[in-house]
Amino acid sequence: MLRFIVRRLLLLVPILLGLSILVFGWIRALPGSPAQTLLGERATPQLVAEVRHQYGLDKPLPIQYWDYVKTVGSGNLGTSITTFRPVSYEIRHRFPATFELALGAMVFAIGLGIPLGFFAAKKYGSLFDQTSLVGSLIGISIPIFFLGLILKYIFAVRLHWLPSIGREDILATRAHPTGFFVLDAIIGLDPGGLWDAIRHLILPSIALGSIPLAIVTRITRASVLDVQHEDYVRTARAKGLPPNEVDRRHVLRNALLPISTIIGLQTGLLLSGAVLTETVFAWPGIGSWLTAAIPNRDYPVLQGGILFVAIVFVLVNLIVDISYAIINPRIRLS
Amino acid sequence: MRKKVLCFALLAVTVAVMLVGCGSSKKKSAASSTFVFASSADPVLLDPALVSDGESLRITNQIFQSLVGFKPGGSEVVPQLATSWTPSSNALAWTFELKKGVKFSDGTPFNAAAVCYNYDRWYNFPATLQNPAVSYYWNTVFGGFAHPAKGNPGPDKSLYKSCTTNGDSEITLNLTRRSSSFISAIGLPNFSIASPTALKKFDANAGTVDSTGVFHPTGTFATQSPVGTGPYMLQSWEPAVKLVLVANPNYSGSKPAISKVIYRPIADNAARLQALQSGEIQGMDYVAPQDYSTVQKDATLQLLKRPVSSIGYIGLNQAKPPMNNLLVRQAMAHAIDKAAVIKAIYGQTGEVANQFLPPSLFGFASSGVPNYAYDPAQSKALLTKAGLTLPVKIDFWYPTGVSRSYMPDPQRIFQAFQSTLNNSGFKVVPHSAPWRPDYLGGTQSGKYQVYMLGWIADYYDPQDFLNVHFGSATPLFGFKNPKLFAELAKADAEPNAALRTKDYEQASIDVMKFLPMVPYAWGSSALALKKNVLGYVPGPIGPVNEPWADLHFAK
Repeated sequence: MLRFIVRRLLLLVPILLGLSILVFGWIRALPGSPAQTLLGERATPQLVAEVRHQYGLDKPLPIQYWDYVKTVGSGNLGTSITTFRPVSYEIRHRFPATFELALGAMVFAIGLGIPLGFFAAKKYGSLFDQTSLVGSLIGISIPIFFLGLILKYIFAVRLHWLPSIGREDILATRAHPTGFFVLDAIIGLDPGGLWDAIRHLILPSIALGSIPLAIVTRITRASVLDVQHEDYVRTARAKGLPPNEVDRRHVLRNALLPISTIIGLQTGLLLSGAVLTETVFAWPGIGSWLTAAIPNRDYPVLQGGILFVAIVFVLVNLIVDISYAIINPRIRLS
Repeated sequence: MRKKVLCFALLAVTVAVMLVGCGSSKKKSAASSTFVFASSADPVLLDPALVSDGESLRITNQIFQSLVGFKPGGSEVVPQLATSWTPSSNALAWTFELKKGVKFSDGTPFNAAAVCYNYDRWYNFPATLQNPAVSYYWNTVFGGFAHPAKGNPGPDKSLYKSCTTNGDSEITLNLTRRSSSFISAIGLPNFSIASPTALKKFDANAGTVDSTGVFHPTGTFATQSPVGTGPYMLQSWEPAVKLVLVANPNYSGSKPAISKVIYRPIADNAARLQALQSGEIQGMDYVAPQDYSTVQKDATLQLLKRPVSSIGYIGLNQAKPPMNNLLVRQAMAHAIDKAAVIKAIYGQTGEVANQFLPPSLFGFASSGVPNYAYDPAQSKALLTKAGLTLPVKIDFWYPTGVSRSYMPDPQRIFQAFQSTLNNSGFKVVPHSAPWRPDYLGGTQSGKYQVYMLGWIADYYDPQDFLNVHFGSATPLFGFKNPKLFAELAKADAEPNAALRTKDYEQASIDVMKFLPMVPYAWGSSALALKKNVLGYVPGPIGPVNEPWADLHFAK
């Protein structure tokens, strides 16, 4: 197991190197430059040339890449061209927000999706099954920003039950040593802060979790349908095990393998930033930050941010692989 | 058993939601002493000398004051830290009497030495801060540095010469040439006077340049400790989350009625509006044109429209024939149905423009401007008179991926123009390009024959409209008109306000006779506030001159 983990972590090096070349080339293949963007309507050719020179954008590409690798190698991801803030500062402040939202969305999707899928399979062909199928289809097809706006309209604008933006009450003056608001509130034994953070998480988590919910429900249903007709399930029943025990120990546990794959992939995606949800809920995470950097041609942000997201994605997949072994000891990570 | 579980789950959800409801109602009463305002982005930095974006200037305008300011809601220059100012007979030296008894928010005194310290700081900016992307306004208004980095403009290009103190409460700004527009320019927050003690203590000029050449401030003046004489001072700033301002106890004016203002960036227009409707914020900027009616219909909200201040025009590049022929340019002007375009596309956000300057700016000509009414027959007649065979082919460019107050929907506007131009003796060949950077690059380098473009003022002075566009030869318009250049230079240099206004009124008329472009729309933007927020005066230059010190809540 340890060898497997080390080997996967070592693989990160060529992956990141390759990715850095791709990202570097891709960003520079976009038409225009940050100089033009920064100056906007005022961009006379002279001013653009001046800014390009000062930002080193007039150097040959290999030299720019080498400069970049040297900077990243020294542990510095660079400084945003538009905000003048270090990329590492932004990641440190934004990733906890993205992480918390992804976790909230996955808790919603898994907490609701697995029971829904399980009961749909158990009641195969029933009204409940049909409804959950249609519901999951709607969950996949409804655009997140639209769902977000509707949820906010009902629960924030009309009913005033839940907040529509941000991570905590705007008047709050709490310290956030870790940046994870829920965790900070728990560590600080602050029930008010915990409740505030959870209230702000509810609507964005539902909006972001709607697609994973639909996927988890469908996969669980299909997987449980497969497993419950396996020989070992029939044997367990024939042995006289109580139905609940059979479902828990034999059906659900074996059905979890494909579900965990999907959960891993979805979590990786969510951790790389939920652009639309973060935008609609003014959630200060990685996704909205990276999106804003594209029209600004903010090279350091795009390069550093995408590298970071790639690392997260690879690590999440590693965790998924490890979890296979825990769920199903028959799988050996050799 | 399962039914019981389901019932329990439902009960738990209901209780949770009810608790949530209780929580939110408690919060509301606490919020009433604080004003929460949202716009689309974070400020970049809080050192006004180093920024040019509207959000940074919106905030710094509350923290700092300049020598002069603008009348709320207008463009008239009014005293701020200076009580009066007079030019020398040759208009090369301007003497400012300073307000007495003023203190910075850190308790240090404001005086003549502080003013000259700031002007000399800007003039002596180190190389890292001379980048036009950093000190754009100093570059634009004063144009040079004492010790220029390689390739940057030096003292020979600078309008600023020196600042001298005459006692504690009088200074003289010495210029290298005559200019009157600089008085309007120094009213911008960019030329605000900061506490010299704080500038030194918090290393305002310190910064590093990384391997890609980007400036990163290492001092904390621009991020944590901006110190000015304005009604508010910075309490805290968490980028992407919120920025908190509290009343400055040393402010020399009347104490603001609202003691705390929280600014929060919400990029999405719809999210901003929903946050306003739900009561999480009490004000927002940049209401989307399609949301005007929603705000107007909501009994708890008010829509504040700014006076029109930007200009949308069709650029005619005279380096690309036949646009060098005045008759063809006049034909273009007669081929545009401005009123139909404004009605169909701009709605409440625009007005038909008959000249380049917006009506709220001095120098606007209220009479004598040639009238180019929509008249296809007249257009065809002019083209024939120019000796051209109809239809006359023109390459017409419009941008994609952009919306501006002067050009909310470029593609639809273009389609409207195309239709009437094709009916008026022209044959439009359409071209489009992404706004940034292709389109802007194409227009600025003179590649396009006919194109849609516009202008939002850097500072509200006719010089920033007319001289910037028509005061010298540029690839944008491709013409050389020494008479017009001289006329505009004279208007800019005229120190007498009344005469200067007259000069610019005449220049406005002459520009429309020469017709380097066809102006078609003056655009504006709007903000929305909760109905109980009073005292907000929307101004033509927007956030740059909208002080929050006069705000108060209705009782």
